[in-house]
Amino acid sequence: MNLFRVSGSPHIHTDASVKSIMYGVIYAMIPALLVSIYFFGLDAVRVTLISVAACLMVEALVQKYLLKTPVTINDGSAIITGILLAFNVPSNLPWWIIVIGAIVSIGIGKMSFGGVGKNIFNPALVGRVFLLISFPVQMTSWPVPKPLMGESLTDAITGPTPLGIMKEGLGTGKTVQEMMPEIPNYVENLMTGFQGGSLGEVSALALILGAIYMLVRRIITWQTPTAYIGSVVVFSGILWLIDPTLYVDPLFHLVTGGMMLGVFFMATDMVSSPMSAKGQLIFGMGCGILTILIRVFGAYPEGVSFAILIMNAFVPLIDRGFKPKRFGEIVKIK
Amino acid sequence: MLKTFKLGGVHPPENKISEDQAIEVLSIPKVANIPISQHLGVPAKPLVIKGDLVKVGQLLAKGEAFISANIHSSVSGKVLKIDNVIDTSGYRRPTIVINVDGDEWEDDIDRNDELKKEISLTQKEIIDKINKLGVVGLGGATFPSHVKLMVPDGKKAEVLIINGVECEPYLTSDHRLMMEKGEEILVGTQILKKALGVNKAMIGIEKNKPDAIQHLTELAKNYDGIEVYGLKVKYPQGAEKQLIKALVNREVPSGKLPIEVGTVVNNAGTAFAVYEAVQKNKPLIERVVTLTGKSVKKPGNFMVRVGTPILELIEAAGGLPEDTGKVIGGGPMMGKALTSLDVPVVKGTSGILIMKESESSRENVLNCIRCSKCVSVCPMGLEPYLLEKVVMFEDYERTEQERVMDCIECGSCQYTCPANRPLLDYLRLGKNKVGQIIRTRSKK
Repeated sequence: MNLFRVSGSPHIHTDASVKSIMYGVIYAMIPALLVSIYFFGLDAVRVTLISVAACLMVEALVQKYLLKTPVTINDGSAIITGILLAFNVPSNLPWWIIVIGAIVSIGIGKMSFGGVGKNIFNPALVGRVFLLISFPVQMTSWPVPKPLMGESLTDAITGPTPLGIMKEGLGTGKTVQEMMPEIPNYVENLMTGFQGGSLGEVSALALILGAIYMLVRRIITWQTPTAYIGSVVVFSGILWLIDPTLYVDPLFHLVTGGMMLGVFFMATDMVSSPMSAKGQLIFGMGCGILTILIRVFGAYPEGVSFAILIMNAFVPLIDRGFKPKRFGEIVKIK
Repeated sequence: MLKTFKLGGVHPPENKISEDQAIEVLSIPKVANIPISQHLGVPAKPLVIKGDLVKVGQLLAKGEAFISANIHSSVSGKVLKIDNVIDTSGYRRPTIVINVDGDEWEDDIDRNDELKKEISLTQKEIIDKINKLGVVGLGGATFPSHVKLMVPDGKKAEVLIINGVECEPYLTSDHRLMMEKGEEILVGTQILKKALGVNKAMIGIEKNKPDAIQHLTELAKNYDGIEVYGLKVKYPQGAEKQLIKALVNREVPSGKLPIEVGTVVNNAGTAFAVYEAVQKNKPLIERVVTLTGKSVKKPGNFMVRVGTPILELIEAAGGLPEDTGKVIGGGPMMGKALTSLDVPVVKGTSGILIMKESESSRENVLNCIRCSKCVSVCPMGLEPYLLEKVVMFEDYERTEQERVMDCIECGSCQYTCPANRPLLDYLRLGKNKVGQIIRTRSKK
């Protein structure tokens, strides 16, 4: 007699898998990686390779010797963390600092919570913030971008980011207008990535390209990025309208620092962001407001990492408070 | 803009392999196994004993409770025994086993194919007849039809909805029936309208069946108050609540029936069965069953007598393929995996799907990566990932609060989960546990 398999329905399954989603994110990061190689040269390759290799190594070692569970580094999630960590550091960072970053990202940020899917905070951001606090000098000496076939803007080897220039200038009592000549041109330089910064964050254009790919493949939803960008524009726009000499315009905020990287690749990280559409809107809004608060009123020139990490901590609460719309909800009449 | 429901839904590959195969009448089985429970509710009470001679259409078991249905003989011959036989549920259930001899029908059944349009019975007579002749919903839930037609006091039916959606992949039995028995379905619809006292009927068909939409639209011109609507293809549009939402844009409140929003939904196959019962005096003793699968030699649609072992159906379609891994009663999204080929076709069997060994096993379960796909595809707006967790922790109070009882078990969550988590398995477990809790609570 034939023996048949018996299981509950459904008996078919979509082609999508954890692996296909993770590799989708990796493909989406390729444009930004290419731009960083263009502006920062082989150093960008060096940092990325060290970071990815260290992340894979740490995950494999933790799984094999500490957790004693099957090694699952081929699911792609550690590669994403590795690339994102590399994207978040200057291209001249010494190798051993990158390795420390990888150990913190994967070891503390991810594996201590139980591995893929269980971490509360975005692992790459945990690593980045740890490095920023521990190695403030190395983490904020930004190599000046030098296009492969072109001239750099200055003769200096390192220089501040546009956000840093602005923060410092405003701190010494200068107005936004007085600082503007020192800021690279918005469209030609900032959008394409011709600015000082961490290696993956400089080009808004390349990051948006990757984001479109992820949106089309439905790896990310539109809610988080839209709410994030929207709240940044509204909040910084209000400040700008109040006093344009004291507060810089919204577009500046959007194309500088880690904004686009944060909006499309960090805040949208499915593991550490809310589940419902409403929740994602709230989450994105929180990220945007906190980012501007830190950038404008905080001690650091950049606030994207901190803002996302803070909002990550609120995710369980947001998931509890903002449920999806139920079908046939009975509205209670008092 | 084609109509559809708003919340959630998925698009599994349609695989309607047998959609162009005309309905073929399957030969009568040698032995018929007729379970006394082929419907939702209380099993019918057997009226025959071992050794009795029965005719086709004779009442075998009577549905005595409010929610129950009569069972008629689909064959003529001698009752061998009343025994526990394995059925589509996988359990052994009381079944009347008949040794078939010839094909002798009850005299009052009109076996002429001629269309009988004129409806002579009154509202009450129609409902009584549907009750007497054992008609149940043929869409899957097999809810006794006469109960559905009795509108409770204080409620009013406004529109009858005929479900020709057939959103399950692979299945084509309703599609073929609409193509070949369109007139009968429309007369059945008129009968149902009269039984409910409504003037308007809406037939919903997904646009992957353009021939059926066109055919019925054409025929419906000669019938008052029947409109045919093409719907966007989206699973689970054939689910009652989703279809109501799609057609009349009303949401059935949680825990309530469609009549709450003035609608009653019946399957296209049910409308045909109603026509045969009311106009032709024929009990529900046979139905169209799709036999399909990627390696089936001759996939097709068959008119099958209730009680026929599915093995005979499989043989009519070219035999059981070598690489069979799973045999499913119903479609791939909501069907039940069968344990044996001796299982009989019952009133609720819309199809038999034979899956290859390579399609039959589940993938390894991975950690949830909180991608929220299960939340966005759930047509009821639930959070399957969360329900899985609270059921795992046996927190049934929270399971109930998170509205596990709203789950329609469409399987969209599990279909779409990239981590291959057995979400619906846990949701079913949760529904079962919470159902028990609710029942004990209401007894107190």
